[in-house]
Parts: sequence; C-alpha cells; structure tokens
Amino acid sequence: MRLLLLTAFLPAAAFAQTPTLQVMTYDSFVGEWGPGPRIEQAFEAECACNLVFTAPGDAAAMLARLKLEGARGRTDVVVGLDANLLAEAQATDLFVPHGTVPAVDLPVDWTDTTFLPFDWGWFGFVMNADMPQPHSFQELADSDLKVVIQDPRSSTPGLGLVMWMKAAHGDGAGTLWEGLADNILTVTPGWSEAYGLFTAGEADAVLSYTTSPAYHLLEEGDSGKVAPIFREGHYLQVEVAARLAASAQPELADRFLAFLLSDNAQRTIATTNWMYPARDVPLPEAFAGLPRPDKTLFLPPADAAAARDAAIAEWQAALSR
Amino acid sequence: MAGRAVPLTVGLAVLLLTFGPLAMVAAHAQGGWGADGPALRFTVLQAALSAVISVALAVPVARALARRHFRGRGALIALLGAPFLLPVIVAVLGLLAVFGRAGLVNQALGTVGLSIPIYGLHGVVLAHVFLNMPLAVRLILQGWQAIPAERMRLALSLGLGPRDIARHLERPMLKAVLPGTLAVIFAICLTSFAVALTLGGGPRATTVELAIYQSLRFQFDLGRAASLAALQFLLCAAAVLLAGRFAAPSGFGRGLDRVIPFAPAGWRRSADAAVLTLATLFLAVPLAMVAWRGLAGLGDLPPSVWGAAARSVGLALGATALTLGAALTLALSPARWAGVVATLPLAASSLVMGTGLFLALWPLLPPERVALPVTLVVNATLALPFAFRILHPAAQTLRQDYGRLADSLGLRGMARLRWLVLPRLRAPLGFAAGVSAALSMGDLGVIALFAAPDGPTLPLLVQQLMGAYRMEQAAGAALLLVVLSFALFFIFDWGGRRGSDL
Amino acid sequence: MALTFDAAAIRLDDFRLTADWQTEAGERIALIGPSGAGKSTLLMALAGFVPLASGAIRWNGRDLTALSPAERPVATLFQEQNLFPHLTVAQNLGLGLSPRLRLDKAQSARLTKVLERVGLAGLEGRRPAQLSGGQQGRAALARALLQDRPILTLDEPFAALGPKLKADMLDLVAEVTAGITVLMVTHDPADARRFAPRTVVVAEGVAHPPAPTQALLDDPPPALRDYLG
Repeated sequence: MRLLLLTAFLPAAAFAQTPTLQVMTYDSFVGEWGPGPRIEQAFEAECACNLVFTAPGDAAAMLARLKLEGARGRTDVVVGLDANLLAEAQATDLFVPHGTVPAVDLPVDWTDTTFLPFDWGWFGFVMNADMPQPHSFQELADSDLKVVIQDPRSSTPGLGLVMWMKAAHGDGAGTLWEGLADNILTVTPGWSEAYGLFTAGEADAVLSYTTSPAYHLLEEGDSGKVAPIFREGHYLQVEVAARLAASAQPELADRFLAFLLSDNAQRTIATTNWMYPARDVPLPEAFAGLPRPDKTLFLPPADAAAARDAAIAEWQAALSR
Repeated sequence: MAGRAVPLTVGLAVLLLTFGPLAMVAAHAQGGWGADGPALRFTVLQAALSAVISVALAVPVARALARRHFRGRGALIALLGAPFLLPVIVAVLGLLAVFGRAGLVNQALGTVGLSIPIYGLHGVVLAHVFLNMPLAVRLILQGWQAIPAERMRLALSLGLGPRDIARHLERPMLKAVLPGTLAVIFAICLTSFAVALTLGGGPRATTVELAIYQSLRFQFDLGRAASLAALQFLLCAAAVLLAGRFAAPSGFGRGLDRVIPFAPAGWRRSADAAVLTLATLFLAVPLAMVAWRGLAGLGDLPPSVWGAAARSVGLALGATALTLGAALTLALSPARWAGVVATLPLAASSLVMGTGLFLALWPLLPPERVALPVTLVVNATLALPFAFRILHPAAQTLRQDYGRLADSLGLRGMARLRWLVLPRLRAPLGFAAGVSAALSMGDLGVIALFAAPDGPTLPLLVQQLMGAYRMEQAAGAALLLVVLSFALFFIFDWGGRRGSDL
Repeated sequence: MALTFDAAAIRLDDFRLTADWQTEAGERIALIGPSGAGKSTLLMALAGFVPLASGAIRWNGRDLTALSPAERPVATLFQEQNLFPHLTVAQNLGLGLSPRLRLDKAQSARLTKVLERVGLAGLEGRRPAQLSGGQQGRAALARALLQDRPILTLDEPFAALGPKLKADMLDLVAEVTAGITVLMVTHDPADARRFAPRTVVVAEGVAHPPAPTQALLDDPPPALRDYLG
C-alpha cells in the first residue's frame, strides 16, 4: 500500500522533455479491449509526445468533470461526447473550433466545426436470431418479447431511445410507450447492466446498437445475434471529439484530432468500439455486411436539448402506470 | 478515561468528510433547491420494508445459530458475510439467475404453467433482504452471544423453559439490538440505486440516489443534487435517533468467559434446523449461480486482472486500517453523539462525496495523483458505520465492565489497546475488519471521477470488461473480486473468532 | 500521613453526600450505612471516578482533585470485575507493577513473593475462570498490594464469599496491609468489628467522622440504629 501511495504522489517528471497530451475519454474507451491502448501506441509513434488518457467514468461523467474543472482544466482533448449532450457542451464555452468542417461520412450532414465526429452508430434492439423479430416499435409492442432498456436519466443509450421514439413518432410517442410498457422487462442504470441481463438470458432483447452483432460474430464466432431493422428508421448516435480552449498545446491537440480520422485509427475504433467509423474505411465483412436502416433519425443538438426533458417525462409517465 | 480529544478529533474528521463534500457541492450550486416527491416516497417505502423484513427474518436465524452447534456452523456464519460484499451488478445477476424470468424458480414453476415476476417493489425488497439479512443475522447473533453464560446458567438452574428464557433474557437483548440493526439496514437501502431501479422494473422504482445521479451527470444541477443528498442525511439521522430512543439498554452484567449451550430439544430443534436450511438455500443458491457464471470466464482472464486485484487489495487494507482506528475510537467513547456521527456516512451519496471532494481538491492537486488516497479515505469513511455498529456493543460493555479497573491501573494508550481492548474485542474487531476490507474492495464511484492513471481497480476492470461486451470475462473477473473480498473477509473474521468464545 | 476529606461534597442528580474528616496514618476504617447512602460513591470519589462538586480530598495535604485515577495514591478492589478474564493471574498481577507488562527481574521476584503471601503460589498461569471465588479475591488483593499505594479501598469485594472465607480474607487483608490506610465498605457489622478499629457511618447525605467501631456498634446513633434494626 505504501508503494501505491508513493507512486500516486510521484511527479510525472520522467516525461518532462517530451510534451504531454492530456486526453479525456470514457472508461470503456481506455480499457484493454477498447481503442485507447492501440490509438495511444500509434499516435505516440508519430508525434514524439506522451499521450495520457484520463477516464473519469462514462460519457456523461466526462462532461460533468470538465464542467467541474471549468476553465482551469488541464485537459487538451476530449474524446467521446455524445451528440445528444452537445448543446450542454457547447454552452460551457470550454471548447474551441478545430477549424474546418471535417471530411466525414455520416448518415446526416455534419457542419459543426467544434465537435469532430469520430464514430457513430444506430441504436437498435439486439436479440437472438431464433426469436420472432419485430420491425417497428408497434410490432415490438404487439409482441410478447421482453426487452431491457436503459434509464434516459442515467445513460446515453437510454436517452437515445427516448429521442428515437420522439423523432420517429412525435406526439404519438406517449401512446406507443404505453403500448410498450408490458414489453419492458426492466430498466437499468447503464448499458453494461442491460447487456449483461440480455446475455445472461433474462431478457429477449436489449437496447444497444445495430453494430453490436458484429462483436459476437467477429470475437465469438456467434452469428446468432441480430438487430432487426425498424421501418420508422433508427436514431443516430454520434460520438465526437473536441479541443479544449484551455489546452496549452493546441497544435498537438489538432494533430491528434486529425489522427483520429486516419485510416488506421478509424479501423481500430470500428473493431474495438464496435461502432461505424466516421470515415468510409474498409471494414471486415461481418461489419460491412450488417443490415442498415433505410432511414436515419437524428435531432440536431439544439432540438435534442429542447425536447429532452419533456420526452423523458413522457417516458416516465407512461412506464410508471 | 482516555482523553476526549482523540474521539473528538476523529468525530470531526468524519463529519468533515461526510458533510464537507456536500457543502462544496452546495456552494457551487447555481440553481435553487429541489426535491422529488415520488422518488422520496418510494425510497423510504422500499428502505423501510427492506429493513423490517430483513430483521424479522434474521431473528430466528440468529437464534438458531446461537443455540445450535453443528458441523459447518462456522462456515455458515462466514457465508453470511458473502452477499453483503457482492458488487451490485453481480448480486443482481446472481439473484436473477434464481428468481428472474429465466431463473431456476420460474423454470421449475414453468413446468406447471406458472411464473412469478420478480420485477417490482417485491423484487427490490427481495434483493435488499438477500444483501442485508445476513448482516442483520451477524449483528443480532452478537447480541445473543453477549448474554453472559452465567445468566443463562442461572435461568436454567431456576428451571426456566425456552419461553421464559425468551422473555427474561432474549427479548431484553433484542430490544437493545434490533433498533440499531433496523436503522443500519434502513440507511443502507436509502442510498440504493442500481438494485432498486433494475429489480424495480422501471421508473416507478426511482430512488433519491438515482435523482442525485441524474442531477450530477445529466442536468449538472448541483443545487438539486446537494438538496437531495441533504435529504438523505436527514432521513438517516432521523432513523438513527429514533433507533436510539427505542434501544433499551439490555442491562446484562459481564460474566466470565465460559459458554453454556442452551439448546432446547423437541419441535424447537426441528424448527431451528428448518430455519437454517431455508436461510442457507436462500443465500447460497444465488451465490452458487454467481460462481457458476464466473467459472467459465475465470480461465480466460486478461493478465491485467492481477495488477487490478493487487491495487484493490492494497486499497482495501489501507482503508480497513483507517476504518478500524476511527470505529474503535468512536465505539469506545461514552458520548451519545459518537453513534450518530459514525452512522451518518451510511446515508452519504458516494457520488456527491466524490464530486464534493473533487471540487475541494482539484484546485490544489492534480486529481489523478490523489485518486488512490482519496478513494482510500472515502472507502474508509463509507465502511465506518458498519465497523462502528459491529464494535459498539462490545466496546461499551468493555468500557462499563473494565474501564474503571483499567483506569485505576493506569492502563493507557498502546498498553490499554494491547492488554485490554484487542484481546477483549478480538472477535468483533475481526468481523469489523473483514466487513471493512471487503466493502472497500467494491466501491468505484469515487475513483472513477478522479481517474487513477495507473490502471483500473478490480471493480473498474469488471466495468470496463462489461463495457467492451466481454460479459463472460467480466463474470470471471467479478468472481475473482468476490473470492478476494470474501478471502479478506474470511481471514479477518476467522482470525478474530479463533481463540475467542464467540 | 493523613487522608483528609475537606468539606468534600458530591452531587449526582438528586444524590448528595458530604464528608469533612480525616484519618490517621495506616489505620483501617469501615464504612457502614444503608444501601444507596453513598458508601461506594465516596470511595469512587476518592479513587477519582466521581468528581467533587466542592471541597477537596487531600493526602498529606496534597489536593488529589485534579489527578486521574491512576495518578492517585489509591488502589481499589471493586465489587466485581477486579481481574481481566482474558489474562493469566501473573499478567493480571503484573499490570499492578507495569501497565505495559514489562517486568524486570526485581519486579518478577516481587510478584512471586506476593503470590506466596496470599497463598496463590503456583497458580500464575491460570485464568480467573479457573480460580475459585476465594482465590480470585486473593489474586485481586495481591495485585492491589503490588500497586504499592498508601491507600487501599475495598468496595465489598468479598461480599460473594461465605462467612468463613470472608473472615479469612479480612484477616489476610489486615495482615498484609500494615502501614497502609484501608477504607472498606461493608454492610455487615461483624466485618467492621473484626477488621476496623474505627467506623464511618454514611447516612442521610453525610459521611460522619470516624468513631471507634466497638462503641459505635454497641450504642448506635439513630441513623445507624434504623439500618441495624
């Protein structure tokens, strides 16, 4: 223990000569199986710098911590903010534009010059292929399927689902939620708990991403998981990176942002974060061949922020009956 | 008496750690205060039900354990520590494997076309009873063992039957022990979040802690978070004070260290056997499912798991030393306030605590450098109420019975600790150390926000594995976490009970 | 060498007790009176466990009021719990010599000698639970002797013993406490007659000055007469 304490207080003097880039991200990004370690290695090989990841929790925790730090923060770049939280992020004035409109291929037009998309995915319900597959919220509501979802008050996918319903069904969302109430087995605080319940066999389906089956296929050789495509379209999650205004190394930070969109980094992100890369790079067949929705639903950050509280209240009211 | 300065200092430090962060959060609040009526109602309802049912079920189990001696009794008492120490998500998955929609119970019922849904208020209470009833058993069992053998012998020699003994010896003891036990479990369940939401089946089961999480993470409404956290404290303090009002001192003098077993035969024997069998099944089957699920992933663990395990064990040992020092100091103090101060951290929201400490420390020190020390101190504070509750009855008895003798002999400081306190409190100290160590293995709320740079702790690693779809490996790492927590608990607890009459 | 209660007053809730007298050096005094009158409380005030509301207790003119129990020139035998049950006889006695239980050769020799004197030779390794009631009393007395204090207070430590055993213990105390001022609480006039040349009557809020035991018991004052019946 004494040793641990000592190392905790040791100054990071060893890297005093090479510049250090402080990158804040969410915890599963830096895990051994996330993109973090590979990206760190690849970027350090070309930047003559030291890349240090800080991961104070999930995407929401990250924004909360940046707000707590305020303008005096030491973070140079943040990676992994959810587009649904961008209005809040923008309002902090903590971030600065990186310059140009990025050359990315998203299902929607992206013109923001502060927040750089590095990957994206469609929310979807993942289930076993041998179950009857619903192809709309209405079919799901009419089925006997039991699904597990995340709470929009504590989880970004949970929030994404509420926005999905709102974007697809507008004023009809409340009625649909009421129809879905008996299909919702339970609500978990976060994605991990929900996915754990699903893989443990407790639920028939789980709110996740349409790209999730690629993990099971590529890593487990399991082709039995599918994410059926809904006719009304699927809501888009876009994960973005940005440079902080307080960064002492704006050039290095911009280099890192550019690096995130490199072929190498983009491929790594796809097969470790299990999301579509922001640029059109060659992907393994299991990934590239996944079914894609015909229609993409997405509320611009300002609209998302404006609709959020009412949409959550509607969800809460319908499921509390 | 030992000087008042030491317990006063410890008490102030605990108060500072408990309320300081809350004050920091409140000070940074911009919006107004806020409350959440339905969440508050549900929180209090589920916590009260969980506490009452846990304690009601724990009494017969503790009585059976107190008066029966059988093979495996020690192992069963040790097993009682296990559910309490499970990481939340692991406990939930273990329970669902038994009581869930696809669990053993519903599979069996399914063969006759029945099913019992687990999700709802009853599911929340079931989970809280699973997690906390064993703790209640241990606390109540201590009370039984504190009835001096001389009293029991006197009662038997007077020809008192089991019913008379219950009336004259056991009920007064229960009157002294139960209010505190109820208050502790009520307070634990007050801050429940993931268990309540997941088993509650949806937003009906919103607790105050979830509202705090939402305020801090999604709304960044520090005022609402602070006022909700303050509300939790008020509820906890009210429960503790209420318990103090009703806790009648049992008034047993101290006997010499002899044990006379009191084991009534007949139907009471069968009833005890049935109670113990049911309790064991209720606790052991979900645990067995956790082990079963974890075994597959155990062979497949990444090498980084060992570093994470070492970090967690180190943290746990450091926190345990701190907790025991503080708990013993407060437990030996005759002051009434010591009990309230030592129980308040139970109602502390670790989220608010982490946020407040971050606000306090961040301008002074780089957060990642203080991540481990801060986690250690926070874990120690959060474990304090348990250690205190375990030590308090025995420590007070010790003070009443031998305090004057020790004072008249000038036994002070280390000498008093070595020759009086440690040997007399060996068993509760071991139990308290075990619980503190295992609890400190589990918490991750604070260390996450501070973002320790040198790799994750074991609970954080489990979280990362789950976040990366690796559910099987996560179950394996979780099993390792459980085994290590339990090993720490067992070593301390067994070390304490060995050579003691308890 | 005198113990002085200098207008010493104790107040605990409704309870009141005053004492204003002194003893002579090395004398043995009995405290007798109705239960609840404050006999034990007076001893606890002397030993430092109960604070004085006013007045002072002095030993050879030195005010003891501010001293902690361990700093006072007093060894105490309580009603019960005189021995730590988890420690051996030798360890219990050793605490009378050194709170840290680090005994040098001379101290160990003294310990052995005192054990012999109270008739417990050879029982050093036993725990209190392995001793008879009489032996427990002897062990506690031995420890008090090792503390080497000029005042010894006995708060009915032998009340649980039979008449013969109790008489033997009192004789033993008298024998081994030469030169020590002994104050003993008792409810049995026979104990007082046997043990203490002078007796203090504690009744109705006052600990009266010591009077010769014989005369006092033969012709008791009203307060004592009610108690003796």
